[in-house]
Amino acid sequence: MGLLSKKDIKLITDPLADNNPITIQVLGICSALAITAELKASLVMGIAVLFVMGVGNVVISLIRNIIPSKIRIIVQLIVVASLVIIVDQVLKAFAYELSKTLSVFVGLIITNCIIMGRFEAFALGNGPWRAFLDGIGNAFGYAVILLAVGFFRELLGSGTLFGIPVLGDPIEKTGLYATGYENNGFMLMPPMALIIVGLIIWVQRSRNKALIED
Amino acid sequence: MSRNTDSNQYTILFAIGMVVIVGSLLAFTASSLKPNIVENERMEKQQNILYAMGVNENGDNDIVFVSTDKVASEFSKYVTTQLVLDAQGNALEDNEAYLIDVKKEQAKAKNGGTRALPLFVGKKEGQSYYIIPIRGKGLWDAIWGYVALDEDMVVQGAFFDHAAETPGLGANIKQRYFMDDFIGEKLLSSTGDFKGITVAKGNNDPKNLIKDDYEVDALAGATITGDGVSAMIKSDLKLYLPYFKNLKNQLN
Repeated sequence: MGLLSKKDIKLITDPLADNNPITIQVLGICSALAITAELKASLVMGIAVLFVMGVGNVVISLIRNIIPSKIRIIVQLIVVASLVIIVDQVLKAFAYELSKTLSVFVGLIITNCIIMGRFEAFALGNGPWRAFLDGIGNAFGYAVILLAVGFFRELLGSGTLFGIPVLGDPIEKTGLYATGYENNGFMLMPPMALIIVGLIIWVQRSRNKALIED
Repeated sequence: MSRNTDSNQYTILFAIGMVVIVGSLLAFTASSLKPNIVENERMEKQQNILYAMGVNENGDNDIVFVSTDKVASEFSKYVTTQLVLDAQGNALEDNEAYLIDVKKEQAKAKNGGTRALPLFVGKKEGQSYYIIPIRGKGLWDAIWGYVALDEDMVVQGAFFDHAAETPGLGANIKQRYFMDDFIGEKLLSSTGDFKGITVAKGNNDPKNLIKDDYEVDALAGATITGDGVSAMIKSDLKLYLPYFKNLKNQLN
């Protein structure tokens, strides 16, 4: 038997589309709204969640049989919080520049409901290897949506991608702006992220009728 | 294995055990990494001060500080004097003024104490820079910065940073296009009154060519962060007015 059985592969690929944490499970919406005004922030958040989900799911899965069920949510919270704080401290000591970029996301990671949701729904009932795959699968699914939303918001809101101008200069009126095109400032506001996520959900469900609930 | 993980006794013991383990793990990490973190923060302060007076390795659009291995020598080369001022503008020399925590000084002033005002005098290519640390509130958390002035309180350079402003919105006070707008802006009216600089929406000057309107162009979607920048410039830089008045008298 190989390292990845068919079921294992499904754990990674499912969250990318038909069981996406944001569009189907509707978890992690808060951070998807908060930080997708630019692509770079989306990417950093995606990577940070990938790490925390992978490690966190394994830790929870390893101690799943000894956690008292009455306080399991608190235990999960403490695992996430300490993981994030340790990573933050290590970065501050050895990669100070990187830690400055990440510091804003620390609070957002701890309160990200995808992490708690996957701990609760999956890691508590499965072995460490499967929990790890589920963790990174869901983190990838989360990151994909974040990047999609970030792409549209940054392109239409600021006319840039990863901070690089792609539509010309709005002040000097070059490129597309010469024809009278304007940036849509509303794209920078969180409500537009909600609308874009809504559009993604709409497209996804209209292509796959099985996802539509009664 | 038939351990009853639902009993109250087990739950309490588990909770205590977890607190002890996690607590000591975090305490160990924090205390063993503390020297490195303190050193990094010290160098960052020096880099920020040098950045404000234009000693940096910037490209066209990015922000590049002098590297950490050079920062100590560059700092002693360019920053000639470090002063601590009192409210009347009297100056005392203090070679570790850059380590003064502006947050603590602001708290002292709030509780009725006197606030020590650090000021760094830099010299580059024959020109003097007076660099002042400022600190205020953004939308979510603290924002702070270093502003370099000349003798007439005209801004020569500015650096802003933040603890937790929204990425893509308020966090953009750290971008070149925002910070560079401050260069050349005046703090004083022609009669010598303190006007400050306002981060203004709709000042009809997006390229920031008008340098005597006491305004810079605001950031879209970051009203409260921008207001925080205006407020900290007004409240903190104003305290240095007596020093600059004395300086002016001495120079004349």
